[in-house]
Amino acid sequence: MLQNVDIDIHHLTRVEGHGNIVVNVSDGTIETCEWQVPENPRFFEAMVRGRHYSEVARITSRICGICAVGHTLASVTATEAALGIEVTPQTRKLRTILKHAENFDSHVLHVYILVAPDLLGAPSVFPLIPTHGEVVVRALRLKRLAHEWGSLIGGRTTHPITVLPGGFSSVPSERDLKAMRDRLVAAVPDLEATIETILSVADKLPAFDRPTEYMAVADDAEYGLFSGRVETVLADGDRASYDVSDYLGITNEFVVPQSTAKHTRNRLRSYAAGALARFNVNYDQLHPEAKKAAEALGLSPICTNPYMNSVAQVVECVHAVHESVRMIDELLEEGVVEEGLVQPTRFGSGVSAVEVPRGILFHDYTYDDEGLCVRANCIIPTNQNHGNIQLDFEELVPQLLEAGAAEDDIALKLSMLVRAYDPCISCSTHYLDVEFKR
Amino acid sequence: MGKPKLAFFDFTGCEGCQIEFTNLGEEAILALLEHVDIVEFREAMTETTTERIDIALVEGSFTREKDRERLQSIRKRSRIVIAYGACACTGGINALRNHQDDYHECVYGADARMPHLQSGPALPISAAIKVDYYAHGCPASKDELVRILSALLHNDTPLIPSYPVCVECKRNETVCRFDEGDYCMGMVARAGCGAPCPALGIPCEACRGFVDEPNLRSLETVLMERAGFSQERAIGKSRMFTANLRS
Repeated sequence: MLQNVDIDIHHLTRVEGHGNIVVNVSDGTIETCEWQVPENPRFFEAMVRGRHYSEVARITSRICGICAVGHTLASVTATEAALGIEVTPQTRKLRTILKHAENFDSHVLHVYILVAPDLLGAPSVFPLIPTHGEVVVRALRLKRLAHEWGSLIGGRTTHPITVLPGGFSSVPSERDLKAMRDRLVAAVPDLEATIETILSVADKLPAFDRPTEYMAVADDAEYGLFSGRVETVLADGDRASYDVSDYLGITNEFVVPQSTAKHTRNRLRSYAAGALARFNVNYDQLHPEAKKAAEALGLSPICTNPYMNSVAQVVECVHAVHESVRMIDELLEEGVVEEGLVQPTRFGSGVSAVEVPRGILFHDYTYDDEGLCVRANCIIPTNQNHGNIQLDFEELVPQLLEAGAAEDDIALKLSMLVRAYDPCISCSTHYLDVEFKR
Repeated sequence: MGKPKLAFFDFTGCEGCQIEFTNLGEEAILALLEHVDIVEFREAMTETTTERIDIALVEGSFTREKDRERLQSIRKRSRIVIAYGACACTGGINALRNHQDDYHECVYGADARMPHLQSGPALPISAAIKVDYYAHGCPASKDELVRILSALLHNDTPLIPSYPVCVECKRNETVCRFDEGDYCMGMVARAGCGAPCPALGIPCEACRGFVDEPNLRSLETVLMERAGFSQERAIGKSRMFTANLRS
């Protein structure tokens, strides 16, 4: 049977930022199959020029309200590299706990509020209050925990206050850290319940495998977060390793004639960033409890089903809680002290790579001798995933047509695919979008 | 009569103010839902509405002429419009580019003149539509939002302070940033946030905009004389979140 399909989803809901899905099939022939991005450009790299190094992160944090902690850490880490600043071990530990809090925070929002309604057959979380009240209350409880966990270190999670080049303007008290440790331990049953909830709807996650290249920060000391190198792995386990400073040679931003945003590629036509990429690259360094969660959820490396990104996020939530408890214990053992900011030793250029919830984020700055920013470049994970989403579409749509899927079902599966990547579109600073014919 | 209808809309911004709402936690959100129905919230809901809205929370700056129509449609359908967060209230951080003329070239190089990349000055939404109330800040304070909504639900007028952040630092017994050898803009910045930044050791950047009649000439002088800034840096600093409020 020759099918006709006409899908035009304008401003896809339950994603951060603005994106469109357009698929036209005429008599069984695919005429258009596109993931489009009409987000308004924001010009952050222009706006930080002339700004003092102490205030650049406060500006670039505003690129994204969900991954503000990640942008702040990427910004101060790149600035520290440019200014020859080596932070103290205490600063590193506090930043690691803060980073875990952000990943947990964003993953809870994504899995429960943005993805779960698709799996439970609802348009949003609000109609689930009468039918799945316990799940909604648990989601909001975990969301608030994450916010308070991050705020304890950063002062706030949406645009953190205390994170500065060279260290922290203020550190949490040992008493507050101990109290947070106890709350994190007390949240473990909620994590177990989260795994149960996911398992109860796991059959709703489409079975779709498309091997690609997976990219993440890798660090000998830990499951990669914000220091070390960049590593990629292919479906057959073949690995490649790169210096962070070579980020332009890894991302290769390019323009595709039929496409919206700038895309990226490395060893293949596209690559994936995010929780699943991190899981595939850094599985060995997950906390044992997180490995147990992965096993319970049926996730093992190298997983090539993009819909499993949300499941990898749950595994990372477990990792974040247990690793943070371990690090708080270390800090309490050593004692937490107010330290001054480490001062610059030079002024030059520096690059950072940080794992924000949606994947690898690069910031790059150059400062003049007065400490004023003369050049900036930011490459956002969502932009790095656009090309991979497009190639997934091109493989998934023919499969669905072949299986005789109805138009509504194709639209839902494509929406769910985009949501699985957890795109954060207003982040994306580099756009080249075009108007599409309707 | 049903519950009042609340809707969230977003324009150019980071969507962090909407995220702040989700940080309110289970008790506050479920309690609020006893008194309002949320009828549109694209970041979290697939449902939309074409019906009359009681309270519209509009986030983000007005940066493209083509967004005017959508803003007008929201205004037409809404009894009360609240500018939600710094980008909507003053243009916020987006307005930093309003004092530059090469921002397209800086970011997009050879592609800078492509028509879809055109984006004009970042303006407050009040440049396109009438705004009834302002929830200031970057991010907007979630506690203040609850106070504003609570007042409106009780047919009361929300109180938005017009005294400076210095008042809140005195109340908190926070040591002045200038006494710590730092700079600050709290003396002209609109209060209402509780002054968390100076309390945690960083300057106030006036993310809530200025008090009603700020002495801006004096702000520059203080930044130069007490913080040792060059005039250029003092002017740049005075525009951090307030570029549209400065000449």
